[in-house]
Amino acid sequence: MLHETDSADNILELSDYRVGFRTERGLAKAVDGVSLSLKRGSTLAIVGESGSGKTVLNRGIMGLLGANIIEGGSAKFQGEELVNTNRQKFWGTKMAMIFQDPMTSLNPVMKVGNQVSEPLRLHQGMSRKEARDRTVELFTLVGIPEPAKRFGEYPHQLSGGMRQRVMISIALAIEPDILIADEPTTSLDVTVQKYILDLLVDVQSKSNMSMVIITHDLGVARGRADEIMVMYGGRIMEKAPSETVFQEMKHPYTQALLSSIPRLNDPKHTRLTPIEGFPPDIVDGPQGCKFAARCKYAQDTCLTLTPEETTIDTHTYFCHFPVGTDAGSEALKSNEDKGFTAAGLRIKSKGEVV
Amino acid sequence: MAGSGNNHLRTEFDDVLLSVENLVVEFSSGRKNKVHAVSDVSFDIRKGETLGIVGESGCGKSTTAKAIVQLPKPTSGKVEYEGTDLTKLDKEGMRQKRPSIQMIYQDPISSLNPRRTVFNIVNEGTRVWSTEHSQQQEIKVEEMIQAVGLDPSEARIRRPHEYSGGQCQRISVARALVLDPQVIICDEPVSSLDVSVQARILNMLQDMKDEYGLTLLFISHDLSVVKNVSDRVAVMYLGKICEIGDGDVIYDNPAHPYTRLLLAAIPDPDNKHSQNSDVLEGELPSPLNPPSGCRFRTRCPRATEKCETEEPSFEQVGNSDHWVACHFPHIDNELNAPTSDEGQFIEGNTDDEILWPPAD
Repeated sequence: MLHETDSADNILELSDYRVGFRTERGLAKAVDGVSLSLKRGSTLAIVGESGSGKTVLNRGIMGLLGANIIEGGSAKFQGEELVNTNRQKFWGTKMAMIFQDPMTSLNPVMKVGNQVSEPLRLHQGMSRKEARDRTVELFTLVGIPEPAKRFGEYPHQLSGGMRQRVMISIALAIEPDILIADEPTTSLDVTVQKYILDLLVDVQSKSNMSMVIITHDLGVARGRADEIMVMYGGRIMEKAPSETVFQEMKHPYTQALLSSIPRLNDPKHTRLTPIEGFPPDIVDGPQGCKFAARCKYAQDTCLTLTPEETTIDTHTYFCHFPVGTDAGSEALKSNEDKGFTAAGLRIKSKGEVV
Repeated sequence: MAGSGNNHLRTEFDDVLLSVENLVVEFSSGRKNKVHAVSDVSFDIRKGETLGIVGESGCGKSTTAKAIVQLPKPTSGKVEYEGTDLTKLDKEGMRQKRPSIQMIYQDPISSLNPRRTVFNIVNEGTRVWSTEHSQQQEIKVEEMIQAVGLDPSEARIRRPHEYSGGQCQRISVARALVLDPQVIICDEPVSSLDVSVQARILNMLQDMKDEYGLTLLFISHDLSVVKNVSDRVAVMYLGKICEIGDGDVIYDNPAHPYTRLLLAAIPDPDNKHSQNSDVLEGELPSPLNPPSGCRFRTRCPRATEKCETEEPSFEQVGNSDHWVACHFPHIDNELNAPTSDEGQFIEGNTDDEILWPPAD
């Protein structure tokens, strides 16, 4: 995959990046050839079901996966190759991560203030007093009320939303060049979720930091990310600027993902369209397109041939029969007439999966 | 947000199956303190209807659900099911009622016994209650396992850990339905599931409801999910209902300031409420010491002195099935905004002076 952009502009560049886990059955290819580039100061949202490889991709980049993995391809961070090197030197200085569960990712027996000021003293050589002042400043920034009092409290004394704010202040303390947020709001209430997401975007735009948000909710990504990347079975399905994904989605998986979510504008008791079947086996995966077995558009080609990359301007997708094209409409129509797809998935005439 | 008064309850002629009146649940905390988990909540559900309850965590949704099945018994109030007040029943009387009110819990894996086979889990209820011959019971259990989309022969040998989260939730549904219940209380049944699995479980619940003529109480913090499954929706805040009525009507024209803020926060791509610029300020007050008057007043952009002293009661909005407990609801393009003689906006609650950034 070629990227024409000036590489100096890109903080992160992956090309054919792969991560595999050694298992008894063989190599589990959790990330199977991902290429992307992330510009300085921009936000990328990675969307997909559980098991699509989005978390492994990001932990792989951070180098948090341990010794049992095999990495392949290339991943460059600020021009420096990451694959098969120790990335610890970037932690706490240039790369930061926010994890999904704020309860288990904070140290329960350490005051939250100290957890934030620790990296400041360690990596930036601040004195205890300076680090404390900066921590209180950060707490104010992320919207923690009574920051000076909270400094001396333990995680169990804070609510879920407050704990996630502490996590964010730890990540922001070191002023990272890249911030990876792995499902930062999944365990939070909607009102808190909105606040946390708006906060992240606000900080990101002010500090010119690059950000990767991992989420399973396309709605979270919209309006907050510059680009959305849809992943499935360890591969990229579709990647485009945020609005393009919603207006002109090309991949049937993106379409299926969006139509399986209950929408606020639909009247009550609207029948949902779930994605039938299960995510593919990543050890002994299917030939061809990974999504073919669950796809309404699937033809014989999809089962044998891995789709090539198609790029129109900034819109990239991997599909033989994209949504909204002549080839796609024909494929869907012929499947509807037959009543089943090439992979044997039964469908009704309206495109509704049986 | 208060919500006292029972104006929104429907009459007996309306085929009401389950009605909850002035339900109060308090837990003692320490020597003198009390957690006011649910305070004076009233609602009713007609036969075959789905009532959805939404609200943030800690608003008393689950406590309300558990109080209905008397786990534990509510502090005061009435839970009337088919004309019987469940709170007045003795242990055996309540036991007799339990088969007809079943629950489905949030975490599908921890709510199933890991040491028993799935067939035994589903069969447990029939074993206790059925008067039929055991072979007929087993046929019924197998049919039910089949109905929720699982293989009955596998269910005889497999245990819950061998099933995925979505499948475990199907087992919970089968376990609830095998006793032919009238009412199913679903406490966040899909919140731990993946989006595509969530859609399948919601569709299945709808199918089961149509097939077995069930009445559902559906609790969730996800407003889009609640709208999809419910006929009526009740919005709760800090132990009180603040708005109740037809789901489509409430979502189109939310009248309570809290409902509006809640809707504005949904990350739905087509959310028309996201234009609402009000922010939810301050922290959720402690249920140990809830605010006087309207419970939402400390965070409400419209709060006045009246809200502090007087608790609003339910009033009908227009002619539709839509009830709101607010002194200054958003109706008819802001005609109800507080006027100068009704008191001034309390300082710190207005948009231009934000005390704290929003908290949860």
